[in-house]
Amino acid sequence: MDARRGSELFAMKNITKVERKSDREVVVTRSFDAPARLVFEAWSKPELFVRWWVPKSMGMTLRSCEMDVRTGGSYRLEFGDGMDFFGRYLEVTPPSRIVWTNEEGGENDSVTTVTLTETDGKTLLVVSELYPSKEALDADGGGAADAMHETFGQLDELLVELASKS
Amino acid sequence: MVQYTSAHLDASFSALSDSTRRGVLEQLGREEASITDLADRFHMTLTGMRKHVAVLEQAGLVVTEKVGRVRTCRIGARRLEEVAAWIDRYHQLWDARFGELDQVIEELKRKEKSDGRKTRK
Repeated sequence: MDARRGSELFAMKNITKVERKSDREVVVTRSFDAPARLVFEAWSKPELFVRWWVPKSMGMTLRSCEMDVRTGGSYRLEFGDGMDFFGRYLEVTPPSRIVWTNEEGGENDSVTTVTLTETDGKTLLVVSELYPSKEALDADGGGAADAMHETFGQLDELLVELASKS
Repeated sequence: MVQYTSAHLDASFSALSDSTRRGVLEQLGREEASITDLADRFHMTLTGMRKHVAVLEQAGLVVTEKVGRVRTCRIGARRLEEVAAWIDRYHQLWDARFGELDQVIEELKRKEKSDGRKTRK
């Protein structure tokens, strides 16, 4: 079938791209080989969302997840140990747009905007995280991803991984 | 908390957006190399490789040193640490998420395909 060997070229698979658009905004882009309605479904149905939002590599377990995915609705993700993530949906427009607040950060609250654009049956996903300040952005680094900090390996290893994407 | 300089990060991410340059970084992560070595390895002209190295150098990802006629390249560690820490947080998290999201979506696709024969919503 398709080439999925470890050392395949980047171009062969859908790349996750992270860009810092400004002092306050980080944008993640990724394509998916599916129509937007299916990608949207995976983002908006809690039972599907919990299956991928907390990847195994994070070493964390989601204790509960409540999501009322509609404009004005709210959500709450609980990891235990007092690590909760919560906020409100500012806009939900199936199957193209979800905007929510991240309110666990107090003054560092950010707003996440997910945009889905379908072309020829593929969907380009853009996730923008907009922070109130540069400091808030620097301090965050992807929310729960802080938990991964200790697992940072050697610089060389990371580079090899980035380059080979194995 | 390390303070990241956004201009540096912009340059770094832009430098990392090219597969040859990522390959060069990977290579230099193993051992330092001259421009000539790199050009050979990546089947490029010296001029082409010089340009790639210049981009990486401007981004602080690579440092070069000219000794005699040979310009030796190696990883620019300090800046890389900034970028690596930052990338780790964002990129690793999102990439891992999306890897698992792919599987969920594949499942939805299969389901829709089998349901689709009966009815469309």
